[in-house]
Amino acid sequence: MHLATYLGLLDEGEKTLAASFRQVAEGHAEEADVYHLCNRLAAECDRHREHLAPAVARYGEQKVEEPEDLHAEGLTTTRTGGVGLLRDLHDLYLLVCYLDIAWTVVGQAAKAARDKELIGIVDHCEGETSTQLKWLKTRMKEAAPQALIVAS
Amino acid sequence: MAHDRIKDIWGPTTGFAAGEPWPIRVDTHLRDGLREEDVEHWVQSACVLCSNGCGVDIAVRDGQMVGVRGREDDRVSRGRLGPKGLFGWQGQLRDRITTPLVRRNGTLVEASWDEAMGLVVERSRALLDTKGPLSHGFYTSGQLMLEEYYTLAVIGKAGIGTPHMDGNTRLCTATAAAALKESFGTDGQPGSYTDLDVCDAVFHYGHNVAETQTVLWARMLDRLAGPNPPLHVCVDPRRTKVAEASDVHLAVRPGTNQALMNGLLRELIHRDWVDHAWVEEHTVGYDELARTVEPYTPQQVAEICRVEARDVERAAEVFGTSDRVVSTVLQGFYQSHQATAASVQVNNLHLLRGMLGRPGAAILQMNGQPTAQNNRETGVDGDLSGFRNWNNESHVQELADLWDVDPVVIPHWSPPTHAMQIFRYAEQGSIGFLWIAGTNPAVSMPDLGRIRRILGGDQVFVVVNEAFRNETTELADVVLPSALWGEKTGTFTNVDRTVHLADKAVDPPGQARSDLDIWVDYARRMGFTDRSGRPIPRWDSPEDAFDGWRECSRGRPCDYSGMSYAKLRGSGGIQWPCTDDAPEGTERIYTDHVFNTQDDYCENYGHDLLTGAAVDATEHKAMRYDGRARLKAAPWTPPPEFPSDEYPLGLGTGRTVFHFHTRTKTMRAAELDEAAPDAWVEIAPEDAEPLGIVEGDLVRVESARGALEAKARVSDIRPGAVFVPFHYGDVDRGGRPTRAANELTITAWDPVSKQPAFKGGAVRVTKVADGDGPSPAPDNTASARTSRTSRKG
Repeated sequence: MHLATYLGLLDEGEKTLAASFRQVAEGHAEEADVYHLCNRLAAECDRHREHLAPAVARYGEQKVEEPEDLHAEGLTTTRTGGVGLLRDLHDLYLLVCYLDIAWTVVGQAAKAARDKELIGIVDHCEGETSTQLKWLKTRMKEAAPQALIVAS
Repeated sequence: MAHDRIKDIWGPTTGFAAGEPWPIRVDTHLRDGLREEDVEHWVQSACVLCSNGCGVDIAVRDGQMVGVRGREDDRVSRGRLGPKGLFGWQGQLRDRITTPLVRRNGTLVEASWDEAMGLVVERSRALLDTKGPLSHGFYTSGQLMLEEYYTLAVIGKAGIGTPHMDGNTRLCTATAAAALKESFGTDGQPGSYTDLDVCDAVFHYGHNVAETQTVLWARMLDRLAGPNPPLHVCVDPRRTKVAEASDVHLAVRPGTNQALMNGLLRELIHRDWVDHAWVEEHTVGYDELARTVEPYTPQQVAEICRVEARDVERAAEVFGTSDRVVSTVLQGFYQSHQATAASVQVNNLHLLRGMLGRPGAAILQMNGQPTAQNNRETGVDGDLSGFRNWNNESHVQELADLWDVDPVVIPHWSPPTHAMQIFRYAEQGSIGFLWIAGTNPAVSMPDLGRIRRILGGDQVFVVVNEAFRNETTELADVVLPSALWGEKTGTFTNVDRTVHLADKAVDPPGQARSDLDIWVDYARRMGFTDRSGRPIPRWDSPEDAFDGWRECSRGRPCDYSGMSYAKLRGSGGIQWPCTDDAPEGTERIYTDHVFNTQDDYCENYGHDLLTGAAVDATEHKAMRYDGRARLKAAPWTPPPEFPSDEYPLGLGTGRTVFHFHTRTKTMRAAELDEAAPDAWVEIAPEDAEPLGIVEGDLVRVESARGALEAKARVSDIRPGAVFVPFHYGDVDRGGRPTRAANELTITAWDPVSKQPAFKGGAVRVTKVADGDGPSPAPDNTASARTSRTSRKG
């Protein structure tokens, strides 16, 4: 059963995303909204892992080995300035996308496995992940013109 | 009698019963012992020293303002004036800037209008040529006239084409607008002040109306003095006069409003004080709301907010069992971290009971400033003109047709930039030209050290329209002298949609000009034109600007098309919408319970209340709101900064009854200045005692951002909270330690309204020196000395 593989991927992915949100918060602390919101969303990722824990315990978490590329790279540094912010948010966007579809995939499996507990977990976390995506999109749309047209 | 109005703030009561007209009481103040027969003429106006908009006549003698008298036929005030209305106007009679000033070799020196405007235009033109419209930002006010805002909106959006326009309304009223848009689809106040005359209960959410709108409180006091007074419920960490008069006072811990609101909603649902048929017919989102509030039991709320569970239950019972409730909301909610979410829950309480659009059942999402509403309407504060939706191409096309420009010129790829972001771009230098008018951000914005660095730096050219030298003018590159109230003609609109005409009574001092004249001059020098080669704007007088605005507002919720200067002159105020069908204006909107949430009419598609993520057009369509109100929910989240071991107390900042904003006018009016001459720090006796602090001691308040020093007022504020009035700056202080509240405040804002969270930061207080008598805090307001323990010292 490969559901355990995907649960492991989700767990690891949320961990990576939480660290990346925190990285961006610290790196762009002068953008006050980014700082506060990224920290809050990092805490949300931590909670996603807690929600997921009972399912992980039941199915067992399997480290992802095949195919090798099935994991997301977190942000290890941040860039500076307006364009730097835009690109860091862009990286976060890709990470959240990766998790968003991972939740969808696990949700499908949960339904087929008639696992009501896991269905409930996915419903909750998938919704929040999708809001993270929408926030990043909203923020990037606002930031892009100034960063790409005017900023030096 | 007039001078007593410092002691007797609200004046003699004139009690009345529900449904009776509010009695007339005419308040007057004339200078220098003048009598009414000494006045040469009276000029119609309305007061600009809070958001109430009381009708007033300005007394003129020998070409000078010599007094004021309330207008007895005014629907807002019925002749009354508050202390600021009576005395504050005197402050504009001295210390005015009378010539333009330009910075040469680091200092401001007098210059001619040609020199000053030449510099402005040269810098503006150079930046537009090299960097384009996004290099320009405008930060205005809640003090200018409708005509001035609209003129600037057209210059900024159709002439320059910059999205970077906002007002200090972002600090005072942005959440009112945001909350109304989230729930009802557009901005627009559902209630009317006359609802207070018939209601059964009044809820005050973070609204110290006794000090912020004294004449509105007088109206409520008069109901309380009548035979069948309404119940009052007050949510405020301070023991305000409103709290004292209330049947239930919920002194919540700062930063916990949303938890309380969810608890009240849960009580309504659990006790079944819900009009299910109405909710079904007129709202969308009930199930999610019910799910979201479910964890907020009275006990849970008591734990989070540090209030009594039975008080939460009692407040919900008052709301749930009264037939006609008026809710008023202000800065205690608007300047907190979940500002929009909590204010939306006030709307939700009314929606669950179908308590809207009929006499006595009303919401007043308040404004802080007299003309804030017009900044919102005309679109110089982060909106498109006429409550239009920037994300709706047909709305943008309407404006393009009206202004005769290519729609691509009008920035609408995102919402217009909010003030905090404008200052961030100015900090980074991508905004290189910042024009500030009628506001003093070097005192009023959060984290002043940062604001001073931004305005004082070389990366941005700062132009300031001002009447007085202040903390902000001292950092500007060009200062342009502005005419003030009574020195120019214009209209403005109060909290309950009442429009007043304020006629010019006297000439401005020296070379001062109205902001309208200044911006038209700028536009002409810049040569902005429309597609037909006509100048932008097409007008240069207030009345023509007003007529331009009437067309812009036609068909939108804030419809002025049926108004004119002639109609307003002599009237007691006219409420919009005013159209051919409703020529006398409209007392109450949403009387048919059809809201403005239609896809093609709404002002925005809404947001996620926790993150501010925008809902897009497709998602909005899928919800099929179509005239039904949006019930939007959010859990409580802890504030960005909670008290800690290092900073154990929660900070609140706010207004006091005797001053307005940064005191530019009120400190120059002797009666007001003497009543509250200096800053103070309110602290509860329970917190003061272990720190060795007694009334009048000099204390130091520190946050992670900065510090101030002022005298302690040991008051009835809730334990754990500290309050500092936000009025006091340092321009007149020499080298003494700062007393400005915003040295302490955090740079953080609500994700939807982008209103800064002035309330809820963490501070520590230490004693600096023994006092030599009581602090300068007034004793007849929320800052009264405590009654909880015996007085010391």
